[in-house]
Amino acid sequence: MDKKSDYSDDIRTIKKIMEESSRFLSLSGLSGIFAGLLAVLGGAIAHFYILNNKTVSINEPLINLSAQEESAMKVQLIGVALIVLILALAGSFYFSYRTARLKDQRIWTPVSKRLLLNMLIPLIAGAFFIIVLYTENQWQLIVPAMLIFYGLALVSAGKFTYSEVFYLGLAELLTGFAAAIFQSSAVFFWVLGFGILNGAYGLIMYRKYQ
Amino acid sequence: MKGSLSGLNKLFENRVRLGIMSVLIVNDSYDFKNLKETLGVTDGNLASHLKALEENNLIKVNKQFIGRKPNTSYSITETGMKLFRYHIKALEDIIKL
Repeated sequence: MDKKSDYSDDIRTIKKIMEESSRFLSLSGLSGIFAGLLAVLGGAIAHFYILNNKTVSINEPLINLSAQEESAMKVQLIGVALIVLILALAGSFYFSYRTARLKDQRIWTPVSKRLLLNMLIPLIAGAFFIIVLYTENQWQLIVPAMLIFYGLALVSAGKFTYSEVFYLGLAELLTGFAAAIFQSSAVFFWVLGFGILNGAYGLIMYRKYQ
Repeated sequence: MKGSLSGLNKLFENRVRLGIMSVLIVNDSYDFKNLKETLGVTDGNLASHLKALEENNLIKVNKQFIGRKPNTSYSITETGMKLFRYHIKALEDIIKL
């Protein structure tokens, strides 16, 4: 009998080590919730203050503006998006660090490095592409591109962490395609993709794993 | 009891060796320092078990330089993969009895 429980212990150890050395499991659902709230807040600022509550559209309010007002508005919108991005990233690092400490796991491991690399490649490619869209005045494609490259980053990160990240990535991709088709609703899709989807994912993960 | 213990491999009875094989079966390669931290064992202990596994051709050693620092990493051999899978299967069969 003792032998047998030793063997089940062996199996448990094997599975635990295999999982921990191939997947980074210190991601926290709180990162998603925090990023989601920030994105909703950012979307609200864009909609009510910057686009001045006229319409949830990017193209229309620009028509009646002088070139100067238009470029000021673009800078403001990009500023909001960048602040949301930076705070969301900082939040996800902080919450992962905290989770790793609570679980007594290391944060800088071969698998967390692989996770980061696989996420950063699509994100950096996306950043370059978006800069080109901006300089080429393809303004209306920026939000779809953000969502699509973010979705690709999550799909590729999904192999190295919880598999739910992969499905969140697919959902972001679909949102990105929808945003590319319905370009006048860019702010709506931005809030849906970065706010609602991230937040819902975070809530699910938080309840499931914490 | 119809379970024959012949499927279990003596080499994998030790927990450290079991741990090394578990890491290497899901990773292309893993270096000494990270193995040590993942398994929470001492240098000497880890080195002796790695040597035993290497001598039995279950893992292979890759020595290289990263910059000026020597870096030793390990990967599983085909034999190692086959035997370790067989061992896991044997463990599972025994538990099921």
